[in-house]
Amino acid sequence: MTGPIMREQAAFVVELEKFSGPLDLLLHLIKEDEVDITDLPIAKIADQFLAVIQDLGLNQAADYLEMAARLLRIKAQMLLPRRLGDDEWEDPRAELVRRLLEYQQIRELVDWLGHAADVRAERFGRGYEAPPPDAPPAPLQIDLNDLLGAAERVISLIPEPMLHRVVPRPLDVEGATAKITALLAAREQFGWSDIVGRGATIVDVLSAFIALLEFAKRGLVTLAQPEPFGPMVITRATPREAA
Amino acid sequence: MQPLAKLLEAALFAASRPLTLEELASLDPTAGEHAVRAALAALRSAYAEDHGVELTEIAEGWQFLTRREYAETIERAQFALRPRRLSPAALETLAIIAYRQPVGRLEVDEIRGVDSGAVMDKLVERGLIEVVTRGEGLGRPLLYGTTPPFLEILGLKDLEDLPRLEELSVALRRPTPVDEPE
Repeated sequence: MTGPIMREQAAFVVELEKFSGPLDLLLHLIKEDEVDITDLPIAKIADQFLAVIQDLGLNQAADYLEMAARLLRIKAQMLLPRRLGDDEWEDPRAELVRRLLEYQQIRELVDWLGHAADVRAERFGRGYEAPPPDAPPAPLQIDLNDLLGAAERVISLIPEPMLHRVVPRPLDVEGATAKITALLAAREQFGWSDIVGRGATIVDVLSAFIALLEFAKRGLVTLAQPEPFGPMVITRATPREAA
Repeated sequence: MQPLAKLLEAALFAASRPLTLEELASLDPTAGEHAVRAALAALRSAYAEDHGVELTEIAEGWQFLTRREYAETIERAQFALRPRRLSPAALETLAIIAYRQPVGRLEVDEIRGVDSGAVMDKLVERGLIEVVTRGEGLGRPLLYGTTPPFLEILGLKDLEDLPRLEELSVALRRPTPVDEPE
């Protein structure tokens, strides 16, 4: 979904995940084209922006789409006829240019701060303590009904729990792994029910669970359960996201 | 070395965080602030060379820190580990808050062009930013500022250590008319 695409004029690779937002992507396009930021060729940049976001999966679709709409509006405004030497004419790009310059300044500060942090990280203070591990989850505040309810929800997904009959049914962990891999490629976040679906057999549930644990162990996903016995949230692990 | 300098050395050695001038001065009430400053300067030059640690002004205080050249060896032996690096999104957000503080979430979102709520929550959790006041506007929004740990992880003495905006290479180019909204 977020695979690299090649753009025709210059063979360079754009990965949307690399960008921290639409402004970052815009700055990247401007730099690639070596155009003057204060005299933005808006039609060209807008087309490139749309091409990139159309070809790539979007995790922050709203932010990028809002920018796309803004670019198209400016492009349209630029096409409106205006009288020569009209002093009253207000450049429709002005606000965008101001934001881009402001953002460019922030990016420069990011480089500065990142370097400062790197240098500082190479000096250890007295009384060094290992960074604290993530806080353990709060003790569960549950009663018997919660527990029973949760058990019921899981069991109800299994159409016929034939627990009495011993059938040699090997777990299909490979199958579940493939399914999770596909889900991971498509979405950043999904839930338990996306893996097993309704009408899963107990074998499916166990296979999926083992596969999921394996993913978590290898650090490919993070598992979270916002509330006791609530639905599990599976998130694609992105090391860059660690703040 | 003067007795006062030795006292400060002992205190700085014992402490696991930067000590402010005020804190250091409280060790010996008979010594004035001036004497403490002088002793610190003497201590710093005593450690300026021939030592594996150096006395550093950081986060509005003073602290002994190991010299940079030993970082890799110490880390390889796992006696100490470098903290995790901040993500670009976190650095962007910190940069905006550092320069605009006190600043609300909306303004950060505006400048970054993306929703910054989750990043800001994480920064609050790590103690790098905090709510400093509330704004006047609609709903009296929470306004954030940076904290001493922010200075500490960047190795800054105080906020004045941050580069001045006009020193950046991308100075806002004003002359072009496009540049002026309204």
